[in-house]
Amino acid sequence: MSFVPGQPVTAVVQRIEIQKLQQGDNLILGFSIGGGIDQDPGQNPFSEDKTDKGIYVTRITPGGPADVAGLMMGDKIMQVNGWDMTMVTHDRARKRLTKKNEGVVRLLVTRKSLEEVVKQSMNKYPRQ
Amino acid sequence: MDTESTYSGYSYYSGRSRSSHRHGERSRDHHKSRSKDSRSEKSVTINMPPAEPLLGDSAVRGEPVQDDNWGETTTAVTGTSEHSLSQEDIVRITKDLEDSVGLDCRRYLTLTLTVILGLLVFLTPLAFLVLPHLLWPEKLQGCGTACEGLFISVAFKLLILLLAIWALFFRPPRAGLPRVFVFRALLAVLVLLLVVSYWLFYGVRILDSQDENYQGIVQYAVSLVDALLFIHYLAIVLLELRQLQLCFSVCVTRSTDGETRHYNLGQLSIQRAALAILEHYYCDFPVHNPALLSASKSRAAKHLAGLKVYNVDGECPEAPAEGPGNNAAAGLAHSQSRAMIAAAARRRDSSHNELYYEEAEHERRVRKRKARLVVAVEEAFTHIKHMQEEEQKKAPGDVMDPREAAQAIFPSMARALQKYLRTTKQQHCHSMESIQQHLAFCITNSMTPKAFLESYLTPGPTLRYSRDHWLARQWTLISEASVTSGLKDGTVFLLKCVDFSLVVTSKKIPYIQLSEEYIDPKSHKFVLRLQSETSV
Repeated sequence: MSFVPGQPVTAVVQRIEIQKLQQGDNLILGFSIGGGIDQDPGQNPFSEDKTDKGIYVTRITPGGPADVAGLMMGDKIMQVNGWDMTMVTHDRARKRLTKKNEGVVRLLVTRKSLEEVVKQSMNKYPRQ
Repeated sequence: MDTESTYSGYSYYSGRSRSSHRHGERSRDHHKSRSKDSRSEKSVTINMPPAEPLLGDSAVRGEPVQDDNWGETTTAVTGTSEHSLSQEDIVRITKDLEDSVGLDCRRYLTLTLTVILGLLVFLTPLAFLVLPHLLWPEKLQGCGTACEGLFISVAFKLLILLLAIWALFFRPPRAGLPRVFVFRALLAVLVLLLVVSYWLFYGVRILDSQDENYQGIVQYAVSLVDALLFIHYLAIVLLELRQLQLCFSVCVTRSTDGETRHYNLGQLSIQRAALAILEHYYCDFPVHNPALLSASKSRAAKHLAGLKVYNVDGECPEAPAEGPGNNAAAGLAHSQSRAMIAAAARRRDSSHNELYYEEAEHERRVRKRKARLVVAVEEAFTHIKHMQEEEQKKAPGDVMDPREAAQAIFPSMARALQKYLRTTKQQHCHSMESIQQHLAFCITNSMTPKAFLESYLTPGPTLRYSRDHWLARQWTLISEASVTSGLKDGTVFLLKCVDFSLVVTSKKIPYIQLSEEYIDPKSHKFVLRLQSETSV
């Protein structure tokens, strides 16, 4: 999941759609994010490559909208509603996720297990 | 008994020597090979014939069985008993006497030469000034003001020269070195050359032609004194300053128990480096205690004693047709020793087990006796009190001086101290008299029991003990390179005395290339490491 500067980033992603929940005055999604290009990547417990400055899911409220939608802790968020999340500051990521006029967020997330599943399925059906 | 004269690098009676000892050294080596066999069993002999260890083994075993009396009467003559020490002492005293006679002659010769040179140097300028007045007084021009001013300058410069020579050269000699001290000899030759050339010039140009210009003569004398002062400056630089800059790190190891120290030295010749090292030896190395080496010797004996080689077939290995007779014997011995080494490697011996438990037991015993000793001494010290001046006038009991006080409290701690010294094998280093003296010294200076015990708990440097316990008095410098050549990287030489030797290796301190990097003080800036987690 690390990137080489100058090369296109490739990853196996899963599309997750989360419905925002109204709680008092706010619309919440039910998870917490960490990371960003202005943060210290070495302290990220979920990243494989400790120079990866992407946005990661650090906590999921059990039973919340994210949990229901299938988001898992440790996922790296690649896109939110079409906006790129691999090279953003922490604050910009937060703003993209908490837009008041959007009721639904469509995330593209990636995790290690996705890569492995794809690799296994490729091995099962080798190209002829 | 040995009557060789091992001339030493350090001997207490000698001054510095000038003559070289080349042929003396050769005969010394010759004597040494003979003497190694005739010495007492205290010396370390590396090639031990297999029969001997059984004897040595039983003798060493007899050592721990002793009664606890102070004046111990040992029955087994071992390497560490009082009896064999006294025999060594006789040998040493004879050597001391012989050497001191030889050295005195050399020292007096040096002293005479130095005094003659000094007188020559000091009287020459005065002679230059006085001779014209004696030989052609009527032809001489009068001495004007400038000339008389020069008289004062000559006088003071001679005084300064005298004081400087006294400060640099008239010091009690520290040691007698085997070869001539090269720099001093060179300086003496230079001074002699200078004075002789000045005299030559004076004799030819001034005495023969009877020069009338007295001011010129006085200036000539002043120039001589100036030149002498500059030679003195050269002497300071060569003799004192040159070796102050450190270039070498020498590693000194004692051959018997492996004590190692490292010292930093400047550029010195090998003999001067040996002298510096020996002076450090007396201050730093703990005193050599041969009683501590007996355990490893007995273990070494046990390793060899277990195996014997039998020649079953009774035939020699093939010997060459025209080879000498001992070739076959050498081949036989070679194969035998190889067989022994192989068998020893294969055999399962449990000597490591014994060593481990023995050491643990010994440590426990030492600690127990130390605890008893500390308690006994503390209790003894509580019985006396250091009285102040005013109290002395109205003293209730009898007032004692330190020596009597020491004698009064000594018996209560004597037994514990004696047992402790016996366990740590230091009993031969301290006599009862020296212990009582030390005790009197400690109570005079109001020292605590712990301070009193300090000199018995750890072995101190050699200088702390009395001279007959040093076991390191006559030293011989053994070196492959010439002893007047300088120290180099990788020089190895040996300082041998009767019981052990010091192995010295030198290494050069590397050339250091430093570069600089400038840091602008305004460039120190910091930023916080952020790690925030936001819930959305």
